[in-house]
Amino acid sequence: MLFKIPFRNIKRSMRDYTIYFFTLIIGVAIFYVFNAISGQAAMLKLVFVGSEVIHALKTVLSGVSVFVAFILAFLIVYASRLLMKRRNKEFAVYMMLGMSKRRISAILFLETIIVGIFSLAVGLVVGIGLSQLMSAVVAGLFEQDMSSYEFMVSGNAIMLTCLFFAVMYLMVLIFNGAAVTRMKLIDLIHSGSKSENIKARNPILCVVVFLISAAALGFAYYQVGWNSIVIDTNKLRVYIAIGALATFFVFWSVSGMMLRIMSLNKKSYFRGLNVFTFRQISSRINTMVFSMTVICLMLFLTICALAASFTVRNSLNEELRSRCPADASLRYCYYADEGDEIRSRRCGSLEELYRKNGYNLRDGFSEYVDYYLYGDSSFKMSTFLGAHIDDLKKKYANYAYSNDEDIIKLSDYNELMKLYGKETYELEDGQYIMLCDVKDFNKVADVVIKENPQITVFGKTLTSKYDECLDGFIEVGGFHHNYGLFIVPDSVVPDEAEPTANNFSGNYVANDDEGLVQIEKMQQKRNSDVDAKWQKQNPDKIGNVILNTKQDQYRATIGIGATAAFIGLYLGLIFLIACGAILALKELSESIDSIPRYEILRKMGAEEKDISASLFRQTGIFFILPLILAALHSVSGIKFAIRVIDDYEIKGIAESVAITCLMLLIIYGGYFLVTYLSSKNIIKQKD
Amino acid sequence: MELLNVKQIEKYYGSKSSLTKAIDDISFTVDKGEFVAIMGASGSGKTTLLNCISTIDRVTAGHIYLEGKDITTLKGKALNKFRREKLGFIFQDFNLLDTLTAYENIALALSIQKKRSGDPDTRIKAVAAQLGITEVLNKYPYQMSGGEKQRVASARAIITGPQLVLADEPTGALDSKSAKMLLERFNFLNRELDATIMMVTHDSFSASYASRVLFIKDGRIFNEIARGGDSRKEFFNKIIDVITLLGGDASDAL
Repeated sequence: MLFKIPFRNIKRSMRDYTIYFFTLIIGVAIFYVFNAISGQAAMLKLVFVGSEVIHALKTVLSGVSVFVAFILAFLIVYASRLLMKRRNKEFAVYMMLGMSKRRISAILFLETIIVGIFSLAVGLVVGIGLSQLMSAVVAGLFEQDMSSYEFMVSGNAIMLTCLFFAVMYLMVLIFNGAAVTRMKLIDLIHSGSKSENIKARNPILCVVVFLISAAALGFAYYQVGWNSIVIDTNKLRVYIAIGALATFFVFWSVSGMMLRIMSLNKKSYFRGLNVFTFRQISSRINTMVFSMTVICLMLFLTICALAASFTVRNSLNEELRSRCPADASLRYCYYADEGDEIRSRRCGSLEELYRKNGYNLRDGFSEYVDYYLYGDSSFKMSTFLGAHIDDLKKKYANYAYSNDEDIIKLSDYNELMKLYGKETYELEDGQYIMLCDVKDFNKVADVVIKENPQITVFGKTLTSKYDECLDGFIEVGGFHHNYGLFIVPDSVVPDEAEPTANNFSGNYVANDDEGLVQIEKMQQKRNSDVDAKWQKQNPDKIGNVILNTKQDQYRATIGIGATAAFIGLYLGLIFLIACGAILALKELSESIDSIPRYEILRKMGAEEKDISASLFRQTGIFFILPLILAALHSVSGIKFAIRVIDDYEIKGIAESVAITCLMLLIIYGGYFLVTYLSSKNIIKQKD
Repeated sequence: MELLNVKQIEKYYGSKSSLTKAIDDISFTVDKGEFVAIMGASGSGKTTLLNCISTIDRVTAGHIYLEGKDITTLKGKALNKFRREKLGFIFQDFNLLDTLTAYENIALALSIQKKRSGDPDTRIKAVAAQLGITEVLNKYPYQMSGGEKQRVASARAIITGPQLVLADEPTGALDSKSAKMLLERFNFLNRELDATIMMVTHDSFSASYASRVLFIKDGRIFNEIARGGDSRKEFFNKIIDVITLLGGDASDAL
């Protein structure tokens, strides 16, 4: 008997359980999919991505999984409590028949186990299926083709999923057990007849609160998204707190005003089932304020996580392609010992240095450019910037403004650009071009050049060819670090000028990816050897021999980009299903409570079409209200995110937003649709 | 003038092996402006009868005509239209929407009608005055007494000007004072507004307010008495007599 009851209960309350099952299955599936990713990435034999990147990805994802597990645990406990409340009458019958609380706990225990095992099994099957689709995404994010992929099942991920969910169900058991011990028979019997207490809020207070919170939100939006002054973390926390509080009070005041506003227009208020619909909404919106706030903020996080992570990833990868026009670039320079005040840089010949250590610099390169940079100790960055230096010091307080500005001969520059396959320049005597790819420095340089296009280097006065600073760089690298470079005619640099850096850029001589990887290994090894020996021989000098390679950047960037995208996707999906499930469960439980009301409407002769429309509106408003506010939040949130990653070129933001909207539409919209249809089924006339 | 004509209706529940005849060949007519009470013990089939007339339930056999139109053949939209335009309902447990005020509950009945005739506000206030519920119009059901709730339900039932008001044990959940007040209002509605009321009850006191009483037992009409010129008290005694007979051995009665 003890075993029959749980099975029957689940079968009978299938309509209550559908959404619960649905959510559990999706939860398990997502959990599995993301924990299986690292295995898939390893399987794809990502040539340029080292095993350490995949290892890092695995570590990060399992860390996030713990967080996700907490969210899912909260969701499951919440859902099971809601389902338990629905069954108070049933428990009352058990208790009146003399069943002990322990037996009731045992029934609940078995139910949870059955539901748990079932959802875990189905979820894993769904997850294994989905993860095959996911592998296409994995390959895409790592910029790989799918040729080496085979169907795979990750035992590790299955173990992790089972473990996490076992712990979660255990938590549910503890919570439910505690709830059962607290149950009182009299409360259970009377649980159905709740006395509605509809408190109207003071409308003037509501309007005032609404205006204040709207203003507060506007202020927070402006500060975070549009105000040009740089925000520090503490201030950001304050704005987030303001935003969250304002969100709560917006819902609080809107719920208080809504009915008033609707009832202002008597004609529409008393048309069809409107009065019923409005009252249904307003009777619940008061109790929904808190959960709507939570849902709104979670949706906001979802939208930002999804949109920002894809934007970061797209931007990074886009950057990578444009920032690494050659396989490798080297630079050799050090600060000369001229006291602390003057810190001019000097260099020797890279080739010489390599030879001394027994290497040939040109080994492994099919094509290359070997060139020098120069500096004039009377032309420093501080000299060039003049008074405008303060604009930059606000944000970049510790930049070495007393460094000599880098100067490159036009012929060297053009030769390098030919290697990179980029645009070359021409200069007349007395002209120069400034290049800089750090946005903030570039902007200030624009202003400086417009004010005074003339500079003096090596005793010669030059005028800028363009009335602005151009975008450009000379070294291979993952991010922007050309803070300023001056291209001058070759004749400007005197023969006796001492070079400040010896640079070398080139492409590897290799036929395939494996070959490239081999040369890369060789390059890394010999450069670190050269650098280590140099450091040993020059303990008193600050300087180094740096090797920047395309593959290095790929390893770092693709790893970061893919990890960001995975975390965004993971958290976004979990938040989305959490939001959808909470709303859906609340709506369904409300629909069950409202069955008698719909019966009354039918007896009064209301048409089925109108009843469905009323239900649609009721369900819709609770789904759409948090979404609207969350969307507004997200605009400034994304704005902020763009500003944070300002140094990168933002690429594909529209694409990211589109993907986010699509996911919202499918998952959140899906929950809405399922909720509406199940509600409709619940209130359907029983024939 | 004949308003309702119930013709040899039957209603069966269950399967062939265990058939329950809730209504077993009942026929009667109700004239316009009548106040008919249907009496019977629990399980006699009186509520089933009311449900069939109100189209909430379907008859197994027979026909019901309202103003000469067969309502047993109505379906879907036509059924809803019929219900909201021709009938008014009053239930034992009031069936007011707990989220709406009294005023809104009454107004909803009008707005469901989709027909606009006259100013709804004045109509609601007029009906409220007739039923003595003007003071509670802005209250919610949980703030009202049982009697007030039932009078609000009555106002909701008659505001649309239905051909027939169907009341299912309207006094069932009321104390005797509220019950009396409600029944007096029914009498008022019946006499002054010429409303046709059909009330199901198992309470002889409530039945004594009607102009005619039908007694039902085991799904059949057992007896029928009209008030005629009797005072309410005399009519009440007559009803008690029939009840006594009803309560006796069934084989003696039939």
